[in-house]
Amino acid sequence: MTRYEDPSLTVAPTGATGDLDGDTLLPQLVAHLREHRTRLRQEWVGRIQQAHLLQAMTAQEMSAETTLVYDNYVEVLETGSVEALQHYARDLSERIIPRGVETHEVVGIVLLLRDVLARSLFEKYQRDFALLNRVLDAYEPAANRIANTVAVSFVEERERVIRQQQDSIRELSTPVLPVRERLLILPIIGVLDRERARQLTVQLLGGIRTHRAKVVVVDITGVPDVDESVANHLVRTVDASRLMGASVIITGLSPEIAQTLVTIGVDLSKMNTIGDLQGGLEEAERLLGYAVSREDGNGGP
Amino acid sequence: MNGGPRLFSILRQGPYLIASIHTALDDSQLVRFQQDLVERIGSDRARGVVIDVAALDVLDSFASRTLRDIGEMARLRGAVTVIVGIQPDVAFAMVELGMDTGRVVTALDLEEGLAELDTYAAAPPAPRR
Repeated sequence: MTRYEDPSLTVAPTGATGDLDGDTLLPQLVAHLREHRTRLRQEWVGRIQQAHLLQAMTAQEMSAETTLVYDNYVEVLETGSVEALQHYARDLSERIIPRGVETHEVVGIVLLLRDVLARSLFEKYQRDFALLNRVLDAYEPAANRIANTVAVSFVEERERVIRQQQDSIRELSTPVLPVRERLLILPIIGVLDRERARQLTVQLLGGIRTHRAKVVVVDITGVPDVDESVANHLVRTVDASRLMGASVIITGLSPEIAQTLVTIGVDLSKMNTIGDLQGGLEEAERLLGYAVSREDGNGGP
Repeated sequence: MNGGPRLFSILRQGPYLIASIHTALDDSQLVRFQQDLVERIGSDRARGVVIDVAALDVLDSFASRTLRDIGEMARLRGAVTVIVGIQPDVAFAMVELGMDTGRVVTALDLEEGLAELDTYAAAPPAPRR
């Protein structure tokens, strides 16, 4: 491989300038960044503060984190492997997301570090323009990859947190509560969309099997409105429950839902509905053969 | 058509017959199941039949129609039919596809089905329209 000294070639991407340069330049570059570590890091912290980023962090944390980021950064430049950085970025994100650090801040500080380091390289190599170009050719792709990795790791971590929260909301959203032997209650609160309706079906049919339920009271007092597909889904769920040998009582239909159901013409002839949860429970107890009475003999509920 | 091992069993339990389907039956096996069962109702003088489909994870339209038909035939031969053990997924899929068991009663499992038959035996309901 011949070494080209033609300056016109140095503006081309790294590959074209020859790997020889990359091989010898990067270690040089890394050594330079290690040597001026303290100064460059402080400069970087200054820039972060100027830009009002990471204000959720104390000065100590800032100093600790920036040192770690700096070292990781230089290490990636040296080894070319982003794995350790990915790991660190995810770890960092996990720590700072709960404190309200935004995506733009994280990306911002990494870009600032890139710029601070690039400037120091300019300063060092300014006398030899061709060499500077080759240094930047080696530096830039690695630096961009680092910025990319950190941003992606941060966003991934955020999405993971969001997914986790969605899962827990979903689990909370349709509790199946055994009230008496063979009697279940499913209180539903909040908007019933398709996904939740599907969830409801799974929970209801699964609950019938695990609790060997004969009667299920589905209370939809807390549901503001339903659309046609959800209404039909409800009817189908009731039918499916019957196939499993359980009867479903729907309670707490709001006036809006009642109007919707009748207007869109859902077949409700097979639906057992009762005004409120109390009435539903009484009916369920009757179906199961329970007779509840008060101790003082003043009649039962 | 009647070749191969039986993939179902019909057992006698007091005045009732318990028919369990062990694995997914194809159409000809379903027909064989239907014939055997309707025959046994007469020969065993059964008053009730429990059909256990807990082992099935699919019930297609032919199968559910056959079950419904068995229910009707059994009624004509003097026995009440209860279908038990329909799995949650199967139940919802059946409803989605617009299939049902018609007038045949369903129950959660074998125990429930037998209890259901007992209540029928104690007080036979008036013929439904």
